[in-house]
Amino acid sequence: MSTTTTSTAVLDATGQYYKEFNEQIRELVRQGVTEFRLDNVNGQRYIATGLEGDFIFEINGLPGQDLAAFTRGARIRVNGNVQDGVGNTMDDGKIVVDGMGGDVVGYAMRGGAIYIRTDVGYRVGIHMKSYLDRRPTIVIGGKAGDFLGEYMAGGIILLLGMFSDKSDAPITGRGLGTGMHGGVIYVRGNVPEHQLGPGLRSRPVTPEDMQVIEGIVRDYATELNLDAEEIFSESFTKIRPFSHRPYGNMYVPT
Amino acid sequence: MPQFPNILCEVLTVLFQPINKNYHEFIIERDKDRCINCQVCVRQCSYEAHYWDDNRQKVMHDNSKCIGCHRCEALCPTAALTIRRTPSEFRPNANWRPVFLQNIYKQADTGGVLLAGMGSPVDIPVYWDRLLLDASQVTNPSIDPLREPMELRTYLGTKPDRLKLLENGQEPPSLQTEIAPQIKLDTPIMFAAMSFGAINFNLHRAMARAATELKTAYNTGEGGLHRSLFKYGKHTIVQVASGRFGVHRDYLNAGCGIEIKIGQGAKPGIGGHLPGEKINDKVSETRMIPIGSDAISPAPHHDIYSIEDLLQLIFALKEASEYRVPVSVKIAAVHNVAAIASGVVRAGADIITVDGMRGGTGAAPAMIRDNVGIPIELALAAVDQRLRDEGIRHKASVVAAGGIRCAADVVKAIALGADAVYIGTATLLAVGCTLCGRCYTGKCPWGIATNDPRLSKRQNPDVASRKLVNLVNAWSHEIQEMLGGMGLNSIESLRGNRDKLRGIGLSDTELDILGVKHAGR
Ligand code: SF4
Ligand code: SF4
Repeated sequence: MSTTTTSTAVLDATGQYYKEFNEQIRELVRQGVTEFRLDNVNGQRYIATGLEGDFIFEINGLPGQDLAAFTRGARIRVNGNVQDGVGNTMDDGKIVVDGMGGDVVGYAMRGGAIYIRTDVGYRVGIHMKSYLDRRPTIVIGGKAGDFLGEYMAGGIILLLGMFSDKSDAPITGRGLGTGMHGGVIYVRGNVPEHQLGPGLRSRPVTPEDMQVIEGIVRDYATELNLDAEEIFSESFTKIRPFSHRPYGNMYVPT
Repeated sequence: MPQFPNILCEVLTVLFQPINKNYHEFIIERDKDRCINCQVCVRQCSYEAHYWDDNRQKVMHDNSKCIGCHRCEALCPTAALTIRRTPSEFRPNANWRPVFLQNIYKQADTGGVLLAGMGSPVDIPVYWDRLLLDASQVTNPSIDPLREPMELRTYLGTKPDRLKLLENGQEPPSLQTEIAPQIKLDTPIMFAAMSFGAINFNLHRAMARAATELKTAYNTGEGGLHRSLFKYGKHTIVQVASGRFGVHRDYLNAGCGIEIKIGQGAKPGIGGHLPGEKINDKVSETRMIPIGSDAISPAPHHDIYSIEDLLQLIFALKEASEYRVPVSVKIAAVHNVAAIASGVVRAGADIITVDGMRGGTGAAPAMIRDNVGIPIELALAAVDQRLRDEGIRHKASVVAAGGIRCAADVVKAIALGADAVYIGTATLLAVGCTLCGRCYTGKCPWGIATNDPRLSKRQNPDVASRKLVNLVNAWSHEIQEMLGGMGLNSIESLRGNRDKLRGIGLSDTELDILGVKHAGR
């Protein structure tokens, strides 16, 4: 069921299977609709997956796996939590989640931004990469699970650790940045040394880093209606790869 | 150094060399009467084994640098060069074969993991050589493909459980069942996944053109697809691997099929690693990563830890391509390949590609390449049988890869249950590869596994594409002849028809797995 107001298509996801639901969205896209409000979303997978263009989505409910996978350009706001795989291999666009993120957020993304208000699961930002002017960004307001930024090849992950349901958990799980060979992970406060991947060290940020962080934080705070100054009330550290070729000298020819 | 006469000095330097340097694999023989010191060999050898000696004013060489690619030998204008293997002068030892000594010397020097290129040279049974084909005699006469139609056309994709026809008695019946998207091939031979980066653009272009002319398909491998090749998309299967290099919505929609690479026969359980040296501007543009940075594909896809996760990616790709093309899943032939294949098909793969352990690679740790996995023949037979037993064989096409060397291997693979095959090593051989096994150095003297412009221009895409077309045409004719000899007029009648095969010199267990009788039965 869909109603189209002035320019926003309003779709009710109640009881809809993802395949038909997404086909409805694509059909509206073909008709030229660019703004969507999706209500009562409850686990439908692949919403906005593979879409290219300047689309705006407001999602009410809990979108399923792979929200906006391979997407290029869509701006998505989720009023609630999301499941795993948000922004999988996304090319460009902006996803704001006013809630929790699942596992593998932003896997291999090479452009755009993903803002999560609270905690995320395991393997977030794995293999993010940057290319030319594209510098993907993930901001996590809460805490992260194991292997944040593993194999990271480019882009920025900013971990705040502030808005978390897990009061006892460390700010990040094991193996932060394991095998990273590009990009940077900024952390508000400190990371326990033993949570870092092999060979990595955390360092204080430079004024240039702070400039980057400031830009990102201000936008994040605006999008999620947070107090940027409170975020800045603590210092930041950064984790960078120790080499762009972490496995460069491992081999001998036969 | 004390004052020795010049010649002695030289002998001494040689003697003082580390064992690695003396114990090399090849010897360069230069016929002094024929050599005209033209220095062609100096220019051709990318390993700098030949050099111009200013003192002596003549071309000299260093045997220890030769990797045995035979480029100089082939291009020497006076045929003055012969490259020979150096026979081991060590005491013969059936257990400690020379390769082990050599590797231990190298590892003791460097502490490095042994790196290898190309398919495994290890002596593991080649079952193709132990399988014999049938032919018709007297009854069910053989067919001459030159005079009679002989169908090689193959469709890859999921087939319906049953067909529903609409018959109203007047018009001819019409098909009611909706057929899922298929890849249409005029011959069941495709060019295997070799990424742009691992091999160069000239060869990618050659494969794209040849596949188009042959009306078959080639696989991009995991390095993306250069935009200038999008126009060959109808004959292109685009691959998605764990590194997701160059994977974006246009890429996913550029081809006639999408393949998820889970594993590779030459290195099951291992990811990929294209060294920064191979990432030039065009590779960088295609993979969408910076020039000179390593391209690391982790061993697993980090969004796939289960069959359920695989299902999720399969359908993410289908959603992103709006269900227009079939999705294939490529796995390496490992011990439990049949059970894994069953899971893959149940996860919704339209095609399953099984890659045997003799498959080629641009680079793999030698221990993995030579010891992990199983031969494609056994894997293929096991997969086909399992899918049949479970009544889901029609749900996915099966493509066999890794070790197909000739048309008879193709015929045997299809009789064992494959719908089509991929040829990778054979593709490279067709354009001049000599299996030197050093693809990972980026210095391929034949201009194949290299992006160095000085070397890659040794491959002319027109010539290369012509050779690929010739090869596949020749094989296709041979397949038609073998089919005709068996009294079959279509490749469909051969698929999984193991009655056309007999084993020779195989144990009962091997025969049982292959599902064939022994010759004479
Ligand atoms: S590496 Fe190749 S080109 Fe160089 S000497 Fe050996 S055979 Fe000749
Ligand atoms: S592709 Fe080149 S480097 Fe690799 S085996 Fe063939 S000739 Fe040698």
